[in-house]
Amino acid sequence: MTEFKKLQSCQYGISESEKGGIILHVQGSMDEFSAGALIKDMSRFLKESPTSSLTVDLEKVTYLNDFGALVLVELKRLMTSGKGLFRLENVNENVNKILSVLSFDALSERVSFAKPPIPGSLVRLGDATIRHASDLKYLISFIGSVCLSLIHVIRHPKSLRIDDTLSYMQKTGVDALPIVGLISFLLGLIMAFMSAVQLEQFGANIYVASLVSLAMTRELGPIMTCIIVAGRSGSAFAAEIGTMKVSEEVDALFTMGFDPTRFLVVPKIIASVITVPLLVLFSDIFAIFGGLVVGVGMLDLTIGSYVAQTIKTLTIFDVFLGFTKGAVFALLIAWVGCLRGFQVKGGAASVGQATTSAVVSSIFLIIMTNSIISVILRYWE
Amino acid sequence: MSRQAIIRVKDLVARYGEDTILDNITFDVYEGEIFVILGGSGCGKSTLLKHLIGLIRPYSGRVTIDGDDISHCDDETFQKILRKIGVLYQSGALFGSMTLAENVALPIEEYTDLHKKAIETVVNMKLKLVDLDGYENHLPSEISGGMKKRAGLARAMALNPKILFFDEPSAGLDPITAIELDNLINHLNRSLGTTMVIVTHELESIYEVAHRVIMLDKRTKGIIAEGDPKYLRDRSQNAFVKHFFNREAEKETFSPKGL
Repeated sequence: MTEFKKLQSCQYGISESEKGGIILHVQGSMDEFSAGALIKDMSRFLKESPTSSLTVDLEKVTYLNDFGALVLVELKRLMTSGKGLFRLENVNENVNKILSVLSFDALSERVSFAKPPIPGSLVRLGDATIRHASDLKYLISFIGSVCLSLIHVIRHPKSLRIDDTLSYMQKTGVDALPIVGLISFLLGLIMAFMSAVQLEQFGANIYVASLVSLAMTRELGPIMTCIIVAGRSGSAFAAEIGTMKVSEEVDALFTMGFDPTRFLVVPKIIASVITVPLLVLFSDIFAIFGGLVVGVGMLDLTIGSYVAQTIKTLTIFDVFLGFTKGAVFALLIAWVGCLRGFQVKGGAASVGQATTSAVVSSIFLIIMTNSIISVILRYWE
Repeated sequence: MSRQAIIRVKDLVARYGEDTILDNITFDVYEGEIFVILGGSGCGKSTLLKHLIGLIRPYSGRVTIDGDDISHCDDETFQKILRKIGVLYQSGALFGSMTLAENVALPIEEYTDLHKKAIETVVNMKLKLVDLDGYENHLPSEISGGMKKRAGLARAMALNPKILFFDEPSAGLDPITAIELDNLINHLNRSLGTTMVIVTHELESIYEVAHRVIMLDKRTKGIIAEGDPKYLRDRSQNAFVKHFFNREAEKETFSPKGL
């Protein structure tokens, strides 16, 4: 009498065949609920007691799906790999049909997907070079296209989409005021607080005002503001154009005879170049105010003396420098954001990638350009 | 129907990198006809459409629209050609930040000197033509897929182009909406005489609207049938064409083997 072991959806038992070898009797449903356990049990059994032939008796199988077929494929593979014989017995019509549809014979021969050959390192190097060269070509043509569009708008101011430009000015500038104000205020506060500890020892409290105003106006104001703008607006530009590309809106613009660069990029660049320098000024004022709070609250300075020291420290050139940096960085942010948007190919994942890339590239360009400007000024002043 | 060719495609070869998608395609589209480009998935229908509307320049060969070669022309001629065509994209491709009226008004504002009130009237007429009057101030996100396509059609027709291109107009629509769109295409073709080029694989739609079809084949990368769709269905000697038009899978594609 064969002893049966119960699994979740079926039971099985093993008996010895009269002709030698073993017979596996399966009863019930051969499906995904029992496949794993059955394969594991039988693998262990065949390892512990190797046999010359395995017959699977399917007479009492009530249901078999692709997972059931997988069990048979695995058992066949185990047997044939050890030069043993594998056979199915009492295959009823339904089971036979399913095994036919799944091409049982072909399945048991092919156990893994063929991996595509990995090209040689020279081929990959060549591919990467061609890809980067084509990216560079696109980058240069995009710069050219943006310049031509800007020249066209300067020569034909009526062709500028005023409504769009105003809308982007609001999104890039006005809507960013609270966050730029808050971060700049806190930055000024922290700078004053940190420097106060040191300067107080020398009785040089008043120079907190100089430090905060000069550092913020010349360097940190433009950088912090533009990093915020890159995160808010640069990413939005890339996502907007990228989504338009995915939904064929850019193609539609093109076939309607519009220049997508003039239509989509120019308003964003103009809006950013106008609003970001103003945001930088706004940021400077809030940072100085942050410093003033620490100066007056902690260092016993008067509001008058703090403001007087700030005015004494700052020159028109410092303010102008911060303002100009804001405009240059804004140009870079809008340009990179739009470029990444136009580089979108495919679907949603590509839009996400473009957005990330827009922010990362913008921040890199901002810091790099700032360094270049600093070096130039060092020798120029 | 006059037999004046308005689109001429000669020996067109389309490639993406090293892959040839279309090889030596030659055909004419005649003025005023509804011409359907047909074929299974991945046979290059959309690629051919992109070549016809100038989104992609051919690897070799030429595409002539109303006498001007769109594949080898200067910017000025290209702009002139674009003014003669309108395209309805698969998704409608309406600008999401603009209302339907603003979408339709966009090309009219750009290319005409009409004042605001007159543009509003024209937009209203166009929207009425596609049965969307009353939806002027809706955003694309507030309307259904079928309505988006109709609004896209109104925008494509804004400047009364000589040729209208449709990329899978029935895709993603329920049968009733698809029939309504087919009726609209027939109606516009009859009443305005616009030449229409439709890329599709919806057989019902083809029998409903097509005057003439070409069928592209993935294996030969060329045209395997050209003519009236009903004629091709009943009389074609090519087994693949016959199977396609009769909605049958080829016998050898699914043949379960016994144990």
